[in-house]
Amino acid sequence: MSVPSPAAPVDVHSAAAEAAAEIAHARKDILRIATAGSVDDGKSTLIGRLLYDSKAVFEDQYEAIERASRGDFVDLALLTDGLRAEREQGITIDVAYRYFSTPRRTFILADTPGHVQYTRNMVTGASTADLAIVLVDARKGMLEQSRRHAFLASLLRVPHLVVAVNKMDLVDWSEDVYESIRDEFTAFATKLEVPDLTVVPISALQGDNVVTRSVNMPWYEGASLLHHLEHVHVASDRNLVDTRFPVQYVIRPQTDAHHDYRGYAGRVAGGVLRPGDEVQVLPSGLTTTIAAIDGPDGPVAEAFPPMSVTVRLADDLDVSRGDLICRPHNAPHVTQDVDALVCWMSDQPLRPRQRLAVKHTTRSVRAVVKELQYRLDVNTLHRQTDADGGLELGLNDIGRVRLRTTQPLFVDDYHRNRVTGRFILVDEATNATVGAGMLTPAG
Amino acid sequence: MTTPDYRLTQLQTLEAESIHVLREVAAECERPVLLFSGGKDSIVMLELARKAFAPARIPFPVMHVDTGLNFPEVLELRDKRVAELGVELVVASVADAIAAGTVQEEPNGSRNRIQTPVLLDAVEEHGFTALFGGARRDEDKARAKERVFSFRDDFGQWDPKNQRPELWDLYNGRIHQGESIRVFPLSNWTELDIWGYIAQEEIAIPPLYLARERDVVDRQGMLYAVNEFITPREGEQVLRESVRYRTVGDANLTAAVRSTAANVEEIIAEIAVTRLTERGATRGDDKVSEAAMEDRKKEGYF
Ligand SMILES: Nc1nc2c(ncn2[C@@H]2O[C@H](COP(=O)(O)OP(=O)(O)OP(=O)(O)O)[C@@H](O)[C@H]2O)c(=O)[nH]1
Ligand SMILES: [Mg+2]
Repeated sequence: MSVPSPAAPVDVHSAAAEAAAEIAHARKDILRIATAGSVDDGKSTLIGRLLYDSKAVFEDQYEAIERASRGDFVDLALLTDGLRAEREQGITIDVAYRYFSTPRRTFILADTPGHVQYTRNMVTGASTADLAIVLVDARKGMLEQSRRHAFLASLLRVPHLVVAVNKMDLVDWSEDVYESIRDEFTAFATKLEVPDLTVVPISALQGDNVVTRSVNMPWYEGASLLHHLEHVHVASDRNLVDTRFPVQYVIRPQTDAHHDYRGYAGRVAGGVLRPGDEVQVLPSGLTTTIAAIDGPDGPVAEAFPPMSVTVRLADDLDVSRGDLICRPHNAPHVTQDVDALVCWMSDQPLRPRQRLAVKHTTRSVRAVVKELQYRLDVNTLHRQTDADGGLELGLNDIGRVRLRTTQPLFVDDYHRNRVTGRFILVDEATNATVGAGMLTPAG
Repeated sequence: MTTPDYRLTQLQTLEAESIHVLREVAAECERPVLLFSGGKDSIVMLELARKAFAPARIPFPVMHVDTGLNFPEVLELRDKRVAELGVELVVASVADAIAAGTVQEEPNGSRNRIQTPVLLDAVEEHGFTALFGGARRDEDKARAKERVFSFRDDFGQWDPKNQRPELWDLYNGRIHQGESIRVFPLSNWTELDIWGYIAQEEIAIPPLYLARERDVVDRQGMLYAVNEFITPREGEQVLRESVRYRTVGDANLTAAVRSTAANVEEIIAEIAVTRLTERGATRGDDKVSEAAMEDRKKEGYF
């Protein structure tokens, strides 16, 4: 066996190094992407291809997957399928996060599992995404899982959706096949709330239309997937209008230097806060003004989502974790009755009268399920109501639930503010996270 | 700060996310502790903790699992930072555990594996319920799978096939007696982000990270600097090379890389064009098998 010799040093003054450093320093924004779609549609292969073709795969990583690949070609899915069980079974079980940058943007990729059993892991990956790529196998067309994932992405209000019709190499690069899937998906999407939908024919395995335009599909006139990801306009899906500041932690140094300092730390959930603003604190309803806002490096003139700051108030009020700071004439709903669509994530079904813990912004309360109004069929979007009693939500079901909480919550509809419109449900006996809820107006 | 478009840069976004995580744990978990190794990631994590609670002190202690195989520069920096910040330092000593017979030295001299029981014993002794670690998802494919709040059973073990769902930034830190949560505030940072932040914030790092001429020996293609723990073996030649460390682990096993990057800016340029991941390049202990990290994490390793 030959012993490798240690690599020569990188020339840090070379043109390449300087260009690379410039990219590293560029003032870029982050686009968070989640893959979605049915089992074996090629999600992990696509992520691998994106990383590989944009030169984000390191030599030792590539050598490792080359060794681990079983077929005739290097299995790029192994770049994200990192668990032993995943490699043994050739499927994705849990989300993997990968990172890469181009001169235009930094991408955080969440590669999620397609298997229905692991839907909750897909929801985990998609919950933080700005854009979801739903893959569809060109040979199979839309499957129940493609619909479920597209529906979940719209439910989570992932602002951008891309449908990648994959494995075009296996259908002779047929424009007809592509068009029929595109039309079927577009028809389905009209029933969902999808603000921005793009469809691309690709071969994740061979790289067609992933990073560069395909020569095999001259009939396709759109951009490559990466080009789209780099240019998609991340229209601010943050709410910059309604001021919402859930108090996360109270900072009281109690030292001589900062004897009277009392700051309310948290992450801005909506609106723009400025010193001098008149504000109201919930649940007390008392009003005061913002004296100062401290950012990570000292006082700032304004704070907006998703900044983590510390707000100081002009008056000495009793404010603690779980309280919310807003503007006097623009407060969220203060309510103990919560209507929401819930994604259920436990093997133990959700049933009426069940008790659960709720975490909403920085507020933790207990709740009872007052009513399970309906369960959604993800294929047809048909609502199954509790006509003869006994309706329940099983693992991976989605349904509409009314909760009664022990303490009021300060909520907005999820479509108005994704931060104050969401919550999780926790089983008080096992402490497991068992549900994701999105507040939606009745209807 | 002028932000007419209300956008944050990449580093500001990551910083805000990490500070949120640090505060959430301080608010919800009974007895958190921050794991500090003296490496660049834990140095950045400690700096973020300072910012998260300023002008108050960091409201939890810092713990160093001391393998006894430290680079002196690392201990120096640890003690300096701890004194500056006025935080409590807990040292869990692997050498003491070996002396007491609770763990045994491995034949290859690596204390990577045996530090896990020492960590778990210290956690139990001090009753820590939440442990901040500086791991990043871009380091390794098993890490890439881990949640920000990662649940550990009462044996400190990770079950990668059955992780809690983690929705949005609504973290669930609820546990039963004996269980704990590992929290990774730097989950979404890459190696380049860490260096970009060190440059931007002018954070002090151990000089080991910077290239200078050092006496080294070549062992199977890896360069080890001669130090207290590494002495040239029979037939090994001592070479004088310009090298630096990309990771700072145990002084007896961490290799250096040939480099001329003598300051942080040059490190950034170097990393930006480097085609080897940091672990692959320098950690003898990770090379053993493809799933080495997953296996160690299941046992409770950080
Ligand atoms: N011919 C062809 N095969 C593909 C293409 N994309 C993926 N495959 C193959 O399809 C199989 C499944 O690919 P994966 O990437 O693991 O699928 P996945 O969607 O990540 O699967 P899960 O994560 O388990 O849901 C593998 O054998 C791939 O090589 C493609 O464009 N063309
Ligand atoms: Mg996969």
